[in-house]
Amino acid sequence: MSDVPGADAPMIMVNGEAKPLAPLATLMTVLEAAGLAGRPVAIELNGEVVPRGRFAECRLTGGERIEIVTFVGGG
Amino acid sequence: MNALADTPLVVGGMTLTSRLIVGTGKYATYADMARCLAASGTDCVTVAVRRERLVNSAGENILDHLDPTTYTLLPNTAGCYSADDAVRVAKLGRELLRDLGSAAADWVKLEVLGDKKTLLPDPVGTLEATERLVADGFTVLVYTSDDPVVAIRLKQLGAASVMPAGSPIGSGQGILNANALKICLEYLKDGDPDYPVIVDAGVGTASDVAEAMELGVDGVLLNTAIAQARDPLRMAIAMRDACAAGRNAFLAGRIPRRRYATASSPDEGRMV
Repeated sequence: MSDVPGADAPMIMVNGEAKPLAPLATLMTVLEAAGLAGRPVAIELNGEVVPRGRFAECRLTGGERIEIVTFVGGG
Repeated sequence: MNALADTPLVVGGMTLTSRLIVGTGKYATYADMARCLAASGTDCVTVAVRRERLVNSAGENILDHLDPTTYTLLPNTAGCYSADDAVRVAKLGRELLRDLGSAAADWVKLEVLGDKKTLLPDPVGTLEATERLVADGFTVLVYTSDDPVVAIRLKQLGAASVMPAGSPIGSGQGILNANALKICLEYLKDGDPDYPVIVDAGVGTASDVAEAMELGVDGVLLNTAIAQARDPLRMAIAMRDACAAGRNAFLAGRIPRRRYATASSPDEGRMV
């Protein structure tokens, strides 16, 4: 098995950027990989909000569109 | 008897102690923001919902400077140009508030914009998003224009507060159409005097806040006027004072405008 993601390696979209999908990935592992595990964020998966309690059990298989958002200043 | 007795501002069942709602955007630093919010006396602040940084996520988060137990956080749907987008963002804002254990997690400041240059609301999208969010259990505080027809329709759809703009967002022009705002107040409070009407957008300086409160609005939402004043901290204090002054003037009942003079000193006893 090649170490380099091939043309058919599973990808996910995270905040508009394509990212390779690690094996056995879940929303929690995606957060951890981004250093966001302890941050006040919310996640939308394919257009639906996923409650925090389900991050660890939410498996990703490729092609998912994920938005990770937080509060910022605004009027 | 307390000469300054007043009923509190109640929106969607939530009691606020201040009639100013202050935005958290456009400050030089989060620390400046925190000082200005404290000086303004507000207990409700708006926040936006945006993508978290995926790199350098060791940076500050606004929540490091905003205590959710001191301030009621009101997520906005700023930057949304369709009802679909606004509903998506509102749901994410609600999820963030739920994670914080907020008592008002279902609050949202709804904005559905129609035009990038003017940031005027899209009335059709605003009506649709209000209906959808109310059906999903949200407490909707809705940004709209000073059009009384749209305003009353938003209330009829279940908006917890209708928030007419004084002038375009960030424009600092204050209340451009007091007549329209008065009609909005009349329609929205017909048979329902405690229905909260909050002027949102366009405030430029303290007198704008006082003017709005004197017209009888229940609160004012502002951001740029404080954040981008030359001395934001001083302006935050001015806004706090103006809000109180305008509210007291409204409750006190002003004299009418007269064409001609009426002397303040008596005629009787003049020696001349």
